[in-house]
This record gives sequence, structure tokens and C-alpha cells, in this order.
Amino acid sequence: MRKNSELFTLTYGALVTQLCKDYENDEEVNKQLDKMGYNIGVRLIEDFLARSSIGRCQDFRETADVIAKVAFKMYLGTTPSVTNWSPAGDEFSLILENNPLVDFVELPDNHNTLIYSNLLCGVLRGALEMVQMAVDVRFVQDTLRGDNVTEIRMKFIKRIEENLPAGDE
Amino acid sequence: MADEAPFQFLHNELIQYISKSTENPETEHGRNITKLENMGFRVGQGLIERMTKDTARFKDELDVMKFICKDFWTCVFKKQIDNLRTNHQGIYVLQDNKFRLLSQLSAGKQYLELAPKYLAFTCGLVRGGLSNLGVKSIVTAEVSIMPACKFQVMIQKM
Repeated sequence: MRKNSELFTLTYGALVTQLCKDYENDEEVNKQLDKMGYNIGVRLIEDFLARSSIGRCQDFRETADVIAKVAFKMYLGTTPSVTNWSPAGDEFSLILENNPLVDFVELPDNHNTLIYSNLLCGVLRGALEMVQMAVDVRFVQDTLRGDNVTEIRMKFIKRIEENLPAGDE
Repeated sequence: MADEAPFQFLHNELIQYISKSTENPETEHGRNITKLENMGFRVGQGLIERMTKDTARFKDELDVMKFICKDFWTCVFKKQIDNLRTNHQGIYVLQDNKFRLLSQLSAGKQYLELAPKYLAFTCGLVRGGLSNLGVKSIVTAEVSIMPACKFQVMIQKM
């Protein structure tokens, strides 16, 4: 039997289609995907911590490894590579050879600013916020837009104080 | 299992999104259910298409329903339908005693009024799957005690 990921991939496609109908432009859809991803991320982190029993990461490098080798592998069945570290060690790239969200997907012509997988950015941002890290996450390469690989850039912004509540958006 | 989590989280968020994007939740409830059901329909079609690419033709309607109960349900929910009943006149009742998408909601009668929203997508999934197998249907669901629920399939003669 085929892997369950098809259900996820197809459902994600249906969601993006619905959003494109509901919103006038790609920028709005991208924002909405990020927001929804964030809402998922803030809950997914608990699921992740429960399943993986990973302790607190010592630094951003360790965080990167956990994201790539544990989280992505666990949930999406793929392990991106961690590369392109900034000299300060506060920024890195995740390179996905294959992005399960985009199986069988082709962007129609009038959506060339759509960041199809933008949900992932929100998920990462939301999840890390729950472990006291404020990060910036964005796509810099996308196979759907003709690039060879899919590249997500993650930048550490700052540590979040523990007693500040993080709200849903 | 971890690989079920992405879909479950996405499904939940989908429901939140569809529910939020209406001004008047009371009157829009039916429309939201329909939107979710329609999304499930398209996904169901796509899933069945991939699942049955290399399968032989089904013998009859009952064969199709058994496929839904065993293979399709296992592919989607990692378990089979627990009980299938039919009146042999085009009505089938599929019982799932521990429906995955409800188990996080509650056990028992709490949040019963929310259940329809959590079942709509799956009703569409079944209807879409059947549609791609050449069977036109109406699919509804009911819950009395979570997380058990029943999906009712009414075959429409084309």
C-alpha cells in the first residue's frame, strides 16, 4: 500500500487550491499559509517532543540537526541537508532534494509568486517559538519555480523569555 | 504513528480555517460542512486513482465497498472499518469504533456538536473515492459516543 504521505500531499494541495480561490493574490495566500503553519507548529512541537524525547538543544547548530535529521525525517520521511552556515552561526539552509508537499504539483501560470510550501515556514517558526527561539524562515529556492532544489533559509533572531505568552495569530 | 500526524494537524487546521472565514457561524455552518466535504471529495478521487492504478476491476458494488472498508481505510487511517452492514439495496453502514480523527477530540459525549466538522472531510473522501470507482453516492456520518462513528453510504443509481 502506498505511503500515507499521499493523503497529506493531496490534502495540502486541496488547501492551497481553496486558498487561491478565497484570496485575491498570491501574497495573501502566502501569508495565510504561513499563519496556518504557525498554528500547526505551536502544537506540533509538543507532539514532536513527546515522540522523540530530545532534550533541550545546546545551540543553533544542534537545533538545525534535530530539525533536519529527526523532525523532517519523522514527519515527512525526508532528511534535508543542513548547509550554508553564516559565519556567525546564526543562519543556515535546509536543502530538500525532494519536497513531499509538491508531488504531482505544477504551479499554474498565473501564480508565479505563490510560495506553495509556505506552510512549512510557519510550522518551523511556530514550533521553535514554543521552545523559546524567535526565527525567521523563508524559501529561497523552490523546485516548483524551476530551481534545482528546494532551499529553506532559517535565521536565529533572538531568545524568547519564557514567561511571555505566545498567542495564536 | 508519526507519519499520521501531519495529516491530522493539517485536517484540524483546515477545519479551523474554514470555520473562521465566515462572518456568521450559525448560518454558515452548513456551507462550511459542504466546503470541507468537497475538499475531501477531490482528495478521495486523487487517492483512489493512485491506489487502484494496477488493480483489477471490481466484481460488483459490494466488492467496491469492501475495498473501501479494508484497503482504502487502512491506507488513510491505518486500520480497517470495524463493521460493515448493508441492506443489499444500496445502503451501507461503515462503523469505525475508534475513528482516528475523533480520538483527539474527546471520548464520550463531550464536544459532540463539533463532530460533524470533523467528519465532513472524511465523508467527502469516501464519496470521492467511490466516485472514481464509478459509484455515485451520498455519504453522511453520525456519532453517538466518540470516538466511534458510523458512515452511511447511499448508492445513487446513475
